[in-house]
Amino acid sequence: MTAVLEVRDLRTEFNTRAGVIRAVDDVSFTLKRGEILGLVGESGSGKSVTGFSLLGLVDPPGRITGGSIRLNGTELVGLPQSELRARRGKEIAMIFQDPIATLNPLLTIRKQMMMALEAHQHMTTKAAETRCIEVLQRVGIPDPAARIKAYPHEFSGGMRQRVAIAIALLHDPAVIVADEPTTALDVSIQAQILHEMRSLAAETGTAMIWISHDLATVSSLAKRLLVMYAGKVVEEGATGTVLRDPRHPYTRGLITSLPAIAKPGEDLLQIPGTTPSFLSLPPGCPFAPRCESAEASCDKMPETAQSDERMWRCHYPLGLSGPDPRGAQQ
Amino acid sequence: MLGFVIQRLLQAAVVMAVMSAVVFVGVYAIGNPIEIIIPPEATQEIREATIKRFGLDLPLWEQYFIFVTNLLQGDFGRSFIYNVPVLELIAGRLPATLELVLISVVTATLLGVGLGVYAGYRPESWIARGIMAVSVLGFSVPSFWVGLILILIFAVNLGWLPAGGRGEVVSFLGVEWSFLTPDGLSHIFLPALNLAFFKLAMMIRLARAGTREIMLTDTIKFARAAGIPERQILTQHLLKLISIPIITVFGLELGSTLAFAVVTETIFSWPGVGKLIIDSITVLDRPVMVAYLILTALLFVLINLTVDLVFALIDPRIRARGA
Ligand SMILES: Nc1ncnc2c1ncn2[C@@H]1O[C@H](COP(=O)(O)OP(=O)(O)O)[C@@H](O)[C@H]1O
Ligand code: SF4
Ligand SMILES: [Mg+2]
Repeated sequence: MTAVLEVRDLRTEFNTRAGVIRAVDDVSFTLKRGEILGLVGESGSGKSVTGFSLLGLVDPPGRITGGSIRLNGTELVGLPQSELRARRGKEIAMIFQDPIATLNPLLTIRKQMMMALEAHQHMTTKAAETRCIEVLQRVGIPDPAARIKAYPHEFSGGMRQRVAIAIALLHDPAVIVADEPTTALDVSIQAQILHEMRSLAAETGTAMIWISHDLATVSSLAKRLLVMYAGKVVEEGATGTVLRDPRHPYTRGLITSLPAIAKPGEDLLQIPGTTPSFLSLPPGCPFAPRCESAEASCDKMPETAQSDERMWRCHYPLGLSGPDPRGAQQ
Repeated sequence: MLGFVIQRLLQAAVVMAVMSAVVFVGVYAIGNPIEIIIPPEATQEIREATIKRFGLDLPLWEQYFIFVTNLLQGDFGRSFIYNVPVLELIAGRLPATLELVLISVVTATLLGVGLGVYAGYRPESWIARGIMAVSVLGFSVPSFWVGLILILIFAVNLGWLPAGGRGEVVSFLGVEWSFLTPDGLSHIFLPALNLAFFKLAMMIRLARAGTREIMLTDTIKFARAAGIPERQILTQHLLKLISIPIITVFGLELGSTLAFAVVTETIFSWPGVGKLIIDSITVLDRPVMVAYLILTALLFVLINLTVDLVFALIDPRIRARGA
């Protein structure tokens, strides 16, 4: 399988009055064709900013300050906005959490889809409309030929999100960044959409970065997991492996706070403390103040360690047996 | 949509009925016009004849009934002072006010929205800062003072533009207009600028605030993520999404400026409705005052109605609610 997206040492910073916020800090990963990658972490860990960085849509005062994003072999970092625009929606698309907020309430679905289509492709109105209806059909909108004339408020939340997904799929992009796309929906509709997204990805070969703060959602969908904390990837690996045998204490914290893991009647094990502010991170490992395994050497930033298709960033990784693994991580 | 229109028309009718009663009673409660119409040396017979002729001897409810019946037939009575039909009197003055107000409100809105959107779209730029400085100025200096300064600079010192009057007018659709002749335009320029200044400041604020808010929403992010060109994002998304408050304020400004352009009309000796009303109030020309208030109420009702209909045209959710 070929890599459609290769991200290396990506850095995105917000230059605020209070100081520099490095919301994305040396993030690296590779996405293969048709693969679904889960990006998980507590709220405020930099997941959305990572997603926006990939599309070149970070709001000022934020900007990408380093690293590389290669999409279908083309370097995106440093490309002028016009070139980025030509790729957005065509090669890489994005959908958001709240379908009520993403669609324009004043325009028909048809108008919004036609605009997205014509942004990259000149075709006759007839052909364009046929294409829109076909994609609506594909995402499970019943009677799309009639429904395309409706306005967003005439759809339920789940249906609106399907419309947004349809817009993202219009040009069969290589990558779709899905930023918490089911968080605002009912659980039953969540499950349906997750299921459909998985088959869409398989059918079209579109790769997906599925962002969520909810490990349960992500792990039901993604083949690989990227765990993010305070702008850094702290662990990466195949979903099953990471869930069964986490290396990073933060990942373990996320797992033990899953409702399905706790025994009935037992309290969920929440990670103590809260997400740190980007402006007052500890000097070494950002997780140290909340970490049970923390030792004095955690005052230094742990480097990434790698073995067997997985990666972690911790001085004292869990689950490694053998003679003192601690020394190996300096 | 039809149900929505009918519902609004009924509301408008109720408002007008209430307004006519309030205006009628309100105006009748102040001052006695007899002393003004009838010279003090008039005989008792003349006095009584006059009172009878104007129906002032009838009970208030009967006067109101006659008043409303006449109103419905388009008869607003005759001016006590000029002894001509009130409607004719007001209609003679209306075009002057209408052209002045329309030119200033429409220009201020178009220009203000353009500048405000720019200032909201590129808030850090120097041009945006300049635009906001103009807006702050427009808010903080009083309108009459701006008018006097404009006259002082452009009429007195530079002598470029006339200080007052309508200048040359030309008849169009049976009404006389200034803005259709070069001389008339030069006369309308300063008073229109004077009226427009505050409105421009307000529209800039409104458009800038709306733009800043909307540009940060997921609607715009989603449109950008789909690769839609910025120009289309501005025209198809942004302008539509900020239009509701702008149209609301446009309607309010149009109504209130038409009704209360008095200060500017006075400073620039502009022979509009405002001047007529001030004169009528000083001499207690009751039919003119009543007609003016009724017409002003009607104007606001019509503007509100139009604004509501425009909302319904723009926003399908409002259409759905009204249906
Ligand atoms: N527009 C912005 N200005 C300043 N800081 C921002 C902005 N957007 C995001 N950030 C910073 O980036 C951090 C990560 O945000 P985000 O990526 O939205 O988190 P997540 O999606 O993981 O919940 C935030 O905690 C905040 O400090
Ligand atoms: S580096 Fe230290 S503080 Fe950080 S997660 Fe590992 S053990 Fe905990
Ligand atoms: Mg987020």
